[in-house]
This record gives sequence, C-alpha cells and structure tokens, in this order.
Amino acid sequence: MIIAVASGKGGTGKTTVAVNMALSIGDANLLDCDVEEPNAHTLLHPESLNTESVTVPMPMIDTDRCTLCAMCADFCEFNAIFIGKKPLVYPEICHSCGGCFLVCPEGAIEEVAREVGKLHRTNRDSVHLVYGELHVGEPIAIPVIKAVKNEIDRKKINILDAPPGTACPVIETMQDSDFVVLVTEPTPFGFHDLSMTVDVIQELDIPHGVVLNRVGVGNDEVKEFCNAKGIPILLEIPFDRKIAELYSNGVPFVQEMPDWRERFQQLFEVIKELSQNGR
Amino acid sequence: MAVEIAIISGKGGTGKTTIAAAFTAISHNLVTADCDVDAPDLHILLQPETKKTAEFQSSKVALINPETCTECGLCEEKCRFEAIHPPRVNAISCEGCGVCAYICPEKAIEMKPRTSGFLYESMTRFGPMSHAKLLPGEGNSGKLVTEVRRQAQELARSNDQDITLIDGSPGIGCPVIATVSGIKLGVIVTEPTLSGIHDMERVMTLLERFRVHTMVLVNKCDLNSENTQRIEQICAKNGVEFLGKIPFDSIMTESMVAAKTLPEFDPNHMITHSLKSMWDKITEFVSSE
Repeated sequence: MIIAVASGKGGTGKTTVAVNMALSIGDANLLDCDVEEPNAHTLLHPESLNTESVTVPMPMIDTDRCTLCAMCADFCEFNAIFIGKKPLVYPEICHSCGGCFLVCPEGAIEEVAREVGKLHRTNRDSVHLVYGELHVGEPIAIPVIKAVKNEIDRKKINILDAPPGTACPVIETMQDSDFVVLVTEPTPFGFHDLSMTVDVIQELDIPHGVVLNRVGVGNDEVKEFCNAKGIPILLEIPFDRKIAELYSNGVPFVQEMPDWRERFQQLFEVIKELSQNGR
Repeated sequence: MAVEIAIISGKGGTGKTTIAAAFTAISHNLVTADCDVDAPDLHILLQPETKKTAEFQSSKVALINPETCTECGLCEEKCRFEAIHPPRVNAISCEGCGVCAYICPEKAIEMKPRTSGFLYESMTRFGPMSHAKLLPGEGNSGKLVTEVRRQAQELARSNDQDITLIDGSPGIGCPVIATVSGIKLGVIVTEPTLSGIHDMERVMTLLERFRVHTMVLVNKCDLNSENTQRIEQICAKNGVEFLGKIPFDSIMTESMVAAKTLPEFDPNHMITHSLKSMWDKITEFVSSE
C-alpha cells in the first residue's frame, strides 16, 4: 500500500504526520520525497546511513569527431548544448532525454553518468527510512524522487512524504499512490493551497482525505470547504505549543504524548478502509 | 535597473509571504513579485487588480496521430520519462524533449506547444505587482519565475521604482534557482526548529554559490531560544548578516484572516516596529552598494 502525504502549502505538518504515523503503525517504509529539503531524518535522527549516488545520463561530446554541425544544439529543447568554436554542454539544465545522442550524425556524443544527489537508507525504531537529497545548485529534482520511489516495497506499507506545491515534483510523488493524505492548517493560505491540491488529486482520481493541523488558529474556511466537497477530515491536531516545541527539538510527538499513537493508528485504519472503497 | 531582493526560506511555512507582504506595506515604493508560481499566496494579502493576463507557453507536449501510429513501440522504448504509451501520451510526465517525434518511423507524432501557466500584471493598493500561476503538474516553474522577474523589472522601470521585492518558493530546486540568480540580496526567513535550520543551511549554500548577499530573519524565535541562538551562531560563522527575530504571535494569523498585511492590521504592534527597522537595514544595504 502506498500513502502519499502532501499539502500544497509548505510547513503545514506533512513531515510531522508522515513520521508520527509511521512510528505509530510500526513496520512501515517512510520515503521522504521532498528531496530539495528532506526533513524526516531531522525527526528520526538515524545513526548510520547506507548511501548511494543518484546519477543521470549527460552528453559528453568528442571534440575530435564533432564537426560543429549543431544538430544536437538545434534539437535540444532545453538549450543545454551550445555550439560555438567548440561544443559546450550545460549539465544542470540537461534533462537527460538522450536526443542529442540520437541526432548526432558523427556518433560524437556519448552519455556519461553525472551525480545529482544522494539516496540514503536507514532503520530507526520500527521504521525503514529512505530519503533523497538533491545536491545544492541542481535544479531538477525528479531523478532523485524517482530513485526514492524505486525503494517502494509493495508488500509493505509505504508512506511518502511529498514536497510542497502542485508542480511536477509533487505529481511525480503522488502518481500511483493508493491514498493521499492532505495536511493543511485552518488559515487563508492553507485553504487556498489545499483547494489547488484537491483539484489536482481529483484529476488524478486518487482517494484522499484531510488532516487538519494547528486547529484553533485561523478560521473555518477549510472545514466548510471539506464539508461542501465531501472530503473527509481524518484527523485534527490542535495548535499546541508542546507539539511545536517537541518538533523544534526534533522529537516526534507520539514519543512524548503516547495517547496520540492510537489516534495515528486509527487514522491509518480509516485510510486503509477508504482506499479499498476507492474512497 | 531596480534592485532585486528575494525572500526565501528553504523550508515551507516559515512566514515568507506574511513578511514579504509586511515589507511591501512598509515600503510603499517598490514592485512586488510573487515568484512562488507553484503555490502563490501573496495575492491573498495584497488583493491585486489584474491589468493584463498572458498565457505562458514555453514547452511542448507530444501528440500522437492515431490514424498513422502503428503502435510499434519505438517511442515508448526511447522515451526517458515513461511518458508515452502509444497511442496514449501522459502529458504530466512528458518533458517535451521531442525524442519520440524524431524517432517515429511513421512521423505520427507532433510536438505541440503547451500552456504551462499564466502571467499576470497587476496593481495593488501598494503599487505594481507581477505574479503568475503555474498549472498543476507543470515542470517549467523556473522559466515562469524568470518571466515574473522580467515583468517586475519592466514595471519598476515604467513606474520609476528602485526596488523589486520577490516572494520566493520553498525548496532549493528549479524555481528557487531562477529566483535568486543575479539578485542583490536574499533574505532567508527561517524558524528555530531542527528542520528549519537544516533547510536554511542548504539554501544559504545555494545563495553563496550564486554570490548573493544573504541576511537571516528568525520567525517564531521564542519557540526554541536555544535553536534561535544556534542560528545566530551559524550566521556569524558563515559571515551572514543576522537581520533580526520576531516572536510567535497569533496576530500574524489574525491579520492573514483579515486579508491584511500586519502593518495595516496593527500599525503599532511590536512586530510591526521590528519589521520596520529590519526593512531600514535592508534598504540601507541596497542603497549603500
């Protein structure tokens, strides 16, 4: 089973929900797909990591064979190759489509592996944590997200912590999920970004529900929206200074407030049921 | 050319937009640009009146002609993005590279321009605003950010403004790189949590790599004063200016619910005053250069 935790707006509590749920249900895979700013490990404090390199293919042009015909540069939709007095490749903007390699009439282009990030695996309590880390300065996160998603074990429960927003990294994370948990807060920003994300999920046709975090601040817009749209509110987490302080110190709050463990277990049961019913 | 200042954070939800809106209200003499094209929120507080809307087209998407497609599967084999399953195309995964159209032996694939979002030129009660909306699932956020910045600079020129204030997006990827390349000053808004610190350090490295002068502002500083101190130490160690800190206060959410910037909602609030003195520091820096 694959459960994606997403939000639209950043900082609403995705990682908090993903980590606390994983700890509460036990024996889960937690896959942090927010590879630009992964945070699950700042709550789980892994001691040792099994680390792998994430690479993408990049063109390397043999200047002896290259006739500067510029067919590769003309083909490249991303302007990653420039042909002047000699060929120039801009690795960061290359999308690794392989087109230049295909069009080169001289066979002067070879593809070489280029590292764009790291993949880390670790075990903490009963949780198997996998997280990706895009190298600072690299613009394209998708290959690292794909590497994290490759670690999905269909036989187990997989919780995917998604990046914020609704752009391609988020869709990449949510695609093929059995259920999406939308974490939001009862504020105008939270509401606005939630409604945007709901549009996307309804288009992808994935069963979904809302976890409302920091209940007590803001207004009722989110609840009214969920009621009107028939989106179930699966769990409410109150605005509680203790929870915020524990988070600030990197402590998942189910560890200090054990009655919440049961609530996250119930949350998981509801998710299971809703995903089986196709909502 | 107007000086460009961007508010960024690495981690989401640290208060970028609330603070960018407050600075806009304090300054009264700038162009505002919302470069969080993926989940823009600044318009909720600034309530712009849109003067011009432009379709943003920068990439293409594969379109298969089912009449001529023989479903030979060559395109599926060569597509690196798992986007093509003849006779169907998954538009969300398609990057528009054109490899499928190139290798198709039947010439059954055409690359069509796709609309990835909209660019808006607007006016708010504080001045001109440049903003945009990327359509869900689109991948060209960097190019759209560049368009928002370009339009903001034009607005600054035609309105005789010296500063463009940019509200950035979370993360360190494509849209953030497009936001910070070539700007004068990056203000990182962070929070005193372990994740806030982790994400701040990554975005700090990014700004350093792009040789952008950096200042750090800690929001909700009283949530964990030890971590706030740690942030001050990290700044000192990295030669980054510590701009200031503001405590947690429900007035931030209250003003958001009222769809107002904090300086409008409570002009005499302590946080309004500290934001004013931070804005003074910022303008002092940009005018001294």
